[in-house]
Amino acid sequence: MEHIQRRPAGVARASSGLMDGLQRWLPKLVVAPTFVLVGIGIYGYMLWTGVLSFTSSSFLPSYDFIGLGQYAKLMESERWLVASKNLAIFGGLFIVSCLLIGVALAIFLDQRIRQEGAIRTIYLYPMALSMIVTGTVWRWILNPRLGLEKLMHDWGWTSFSFDWLVDSDLAIYTIVMAAVWQASGFVMALFLAGLRGVDSSIIRAARVDGASLPVIYCRIILPSLRPVFFSSVMVLAHIAIKSFDLVMAMTAGGPGYSTDLPAVFMYSHTFTRGQMGLGSASAMLMLGAILALLVPYLYSELREKRHD
Amino acid sequence: MTDVVRTGFRPSRIAIYGVLLLACLVYLIPLIIMLITSFKTPLDIRTGNLLALPTDWTVVGWTKAWSEACTGVQCNGVSGYFWNSFKMTVPAVLISTLLGAFNGYVLSKWKFKGSDLLFGMLLFGCFVPFQVVLLPMAATLGKLGLANTTTGLVLVHVIYGVAFTTLFFRNYYVAIPDALIKAARLDGAGFFTIFFRILLPLSTPIFMVSLIWQFTQIWNDFLFGVVFASGDSQPITVALNNLVNTSTGVKEYNVDMAAAMIAALPTLVVYIVAGKYFIRGLTAGSVKG
Amino acid sequence: MKQCKRHLTALAVSAILLPASAVKAGEVEVLHWWTAGGEARAAAALKEMMEKQGHSWKDFAVAGGGGEAAMTVLKTRAVSGNPPAAAQIKGLDIREWAELGFLTNLDSVADSENWDRLIPPMISDVMKYEGEYVAVPVNVHRVNWLWVNPEVMEDAGVEIPATLEEFFEVADTLKAEGYIPLAHGGQPWQDATVFDAVALAELGPDDYRKAFVDHDMDVINSEKMETVFSQFARVMSYVDEDAAGRDWNTATGMVIRGEAAMQIMGDWAKGEFSAADLTPGEDYLCAPAPGTEGQFTFNVDSFAMFSLTEEDDIKAQKDLARTILEPEFQTLFNQNKGSIPVRTDMDMGDFDTCAQASMETFRSSAEDGGLVPSFSHGLATTSYIQGQIFDVVTNFVNDRNPDPAKTTDQLAAAIQSAL
Repeated sequence: MEHIQRRPAGVARASSGLMDGLQRWLPKLVVAPTFVLVGIGIYGYMLWTGVLSFTSSSFLPSYDFIGLGQYAKLMESERWLVASKNLAIFGGLFIVSCLLIGVALAIFLDQRIRQEGAIRTIYLYPMALSMIVTGTVWRWILNPRLGLEKLMHDWGWTSFSFDWLVDSDLAIYTIVMAAVWQASGFVMALFLAGLRGVDSSIIRAARVDGASLPVIYCRIILPSLRPVFFSSVMVLAHIAIKSFDLVMAMTAGGPGYSTDLPAVFMYSHTFTRGQMGLGSASAMLMLGAILALLVPYLYSELREKRHD
Repeated sequence: MTDVVRTGFRPSRIAIYGVLLLACLVYLIPLIIMLITSFKTPLDIRTGNLLALPTDWTVVGWTKAWSEACTGVQCNGVSGYFWNSFKMTVPAVLISTLLGAFNGYVLSKWKFKGSDLLFGMLLFGCFVPFQVVLLPMAATLGKLGLANTTTGLVLVHVIYGVAFTTLFFRNYYVAIPDALIKAARLDGAGFFTIFFRILLPLSTPIFMVSLIWQFTQIWNDFLFGVVFASGDSQPITVALNNLVNTSTGVKEYNVDMAAAMIAALPTLVVYIVAGKYFIRGLTAGSVKG
Repeated sequence: MKQCKRHLTALAVSAILLPASAVKAGEVEVLHWWTAGGEARAAAALKEMMEKQGHSWKDFAVAGGGGEAAMTVLKTRAVSGNPPAAAQIKGLDIREWAELGFLTNLDSVADSENWDRLIPPMISDVMKYEGEYVAVPVNVHRVNWLWVNPEVMEDAGVEIPATLEEFFEVADTLKAEGYIPLAHGGQPWQDATVFDAVALAELGPDDYRKAFVDHDMDVINSEKMETVFSQFARVMSYVDEDAAGRDWNTATGMVIRGEAAMQIMGDWAKGEFSAADLTPGEDYLCAPAPGTEGQFTFNVDSFAMFSLTEEDDIKAQKDLARTILEPEFQTLFNQNKGSIPVRTDMDMGDFDTCAQASMETFRSSAEDGGLVPSFSHGLATTSYIQGQIFDVVTNFVNDRNPDPAKTTDQLAAAIQSAL
């Protein structure tokens, strides 16, 4: 700052004609590379996928157009229905549980806890692991013959039974458990950071008015953390959609295809089964669903902020 | 906050500590299992239970995973791949963070017509499943002559990481008063001067957040690594996959777990050592939108 | 620069191994998923043989999912215009790659080495596209094997079942004695492997071929197929409840440790028994899967060769193709992998009893029509139809109230939609 002020004013003015033009274009020039890369790497490829979804592409891309045939096939596929339903169960439960656990832990941790730093690190570290590692470990823990169930039996609780991982109706919930384990600490960190930023005078005033602590949290503090909810949902939705690795490492979609997710469906049809057209159609539907759910949310949140 | 909330009644304090410690246990158990398993002998693993301490501690699993285990026809362990991962991660993290910083700066302080729309499009890019882009990306890299090079892999990671870094920086810079920028502009400071003299000195916390986030994401990536890296420059996640997915022979869980720990070590160290800055960075504004 | 460095290393290697020869060295990049145990040793031996001939080997191993990950990598490599010299591709996929013009013609090697005389026509057909060799077979696996722990059988006082009906009786006795009758892993390809064996037993080779190779709807949507499903359900009822997601070698481990009595699995299972230092015919027994005596479901591993541009690399690629079919490698590889050589002129003296029995059935079934390609391992049909069948079969296995009649309709619909 000092440096800027000391700069002779004349110099800046002398070259202002050229500089002004440059200055006006500079911001755009700076962001241009990113948007070119992202424009091609995301939107260009999405378009290409969209085009393929109307073709009969099988093994590798071909441009033999067949209209909506692939979408019709998709709608008839029972496996696709299972995958879509699973994404709804998984995504919903995962986001809600992470938020609940994250908020609760953050509030508890905000009560002048000894060793807060250590506890925080313990909650946060799972986020550092790759989903493949998480999946492998949890698969082990939840395996009835190796993990928790055996442990309980060894400790004398022989009637203990926990076989969700091998039950086709319940296996999807084990994936939710592992994913929540991995990401809830991160949500905790976000909310803890948010809580530390809350203006303490508001709370003091509420205390004076005789409000109890739970009431203060529910009525005053949490509503003021709306942007934190926004960031958390963004990150969690991102993780939910990308939890392909977790499913592959934990169940590989099984038992049967009961834990299939749209991303797994898309991957196996495009790459393993040589049904690129069908895979592309499933990718487009997946993107469409994300678009339908996220865009209104993004829009309302971002617009809200502009009003502030 | 902390100065407001008075230390409550004893029972409620105990309950709070109880909940927190129980949660600690839940979060730690998988790590503990991985660690003790990696120090067991294969026999111990088969006979003992999951949480039992090794009957005799051995580092065989670790040395084998590091330098002897087979990941293809070579049996040199995962050590070489470990360094490959660094070669790929470090440039990708730095480039994507720098790009994110500049983008965030422009999208918050130098808004132009349509910049909000661009930001929205960038955000949506966070949600594209990577499986969708594999083939077109491969074709593009092939045309650019970057197929199966580390440069190509770095480029891929930059493209799909820049959305998040931009989000971080934009939200952080939005919270910095515009008046500061306006004053500098009146003084004749240009685009870069303002960035380097005013914003950059304030940006350490958010740089930490972006660096930690990107390092974790890129280090842990498997899909791009396996597809876009060639045989001798594959990252450690690919080697880990080759090691763990044995198709035959007696499974050596101790080696698997040790290899998993080795693969996870850098990110774990980053979180443990720099986790403080991570939280601090999040506190400093990125969460305020 | 990089190219140059590669050549230098290759030269250095050849200089050490073959100081006298002045062969110009090429490089073969080989995509495979042999990353563990005997397979990896065999691949390493192949590498050594190539290096002895003065070529360098660039290893490109991608493990996991029975080559699923490797196929993804291969596709992206091909799309980027940069395929490896050789890749482990199987069955009908070879034809698909050839159709797209990615593969190179190996006829010059095939002619000079007389492949047509060495390899049974049923297998060489799979390796050819429009009459030209584009791939090299490595081995022949028999899929319809039953692996048995004799101690358990003796303890329960039962014999090895020869038919499905006998299997059910034996399994009931075993169950009553507290053993798991059938070790199994609940993964789609393993479900399909057992289904494969039951289908062959119930349909017989002719109808099996009609259903899974020709996709004749009269056989697929028939009462016979319903019987296949109901028998399959009965077989699967002898599997323990925790089978879901289990790896096949873990299941083999259960047979080895005597927790389970039998497993229906291809002859790669032998690798697990050998790793536990067991001898075939004594510590463990191999028998045809119930009801498939004298019949042979084959699964062939092969390397497809991609079109290259560098003269030296093409030379190396051809040498690789030749080396794979040489008796030395055939013996070494197949002893490690549990399969039998693809050459019919080999001396089986050095092989174990299971491999000898396998070779015998292979030869006799080729004569009498009992030799069928395995649909569960991609030799009978396209990966799409195979996947569709997998979905139906694995869904049937995991259904609490499996309905053979309904599932037969589903199977017909699934195959029809994929034709």
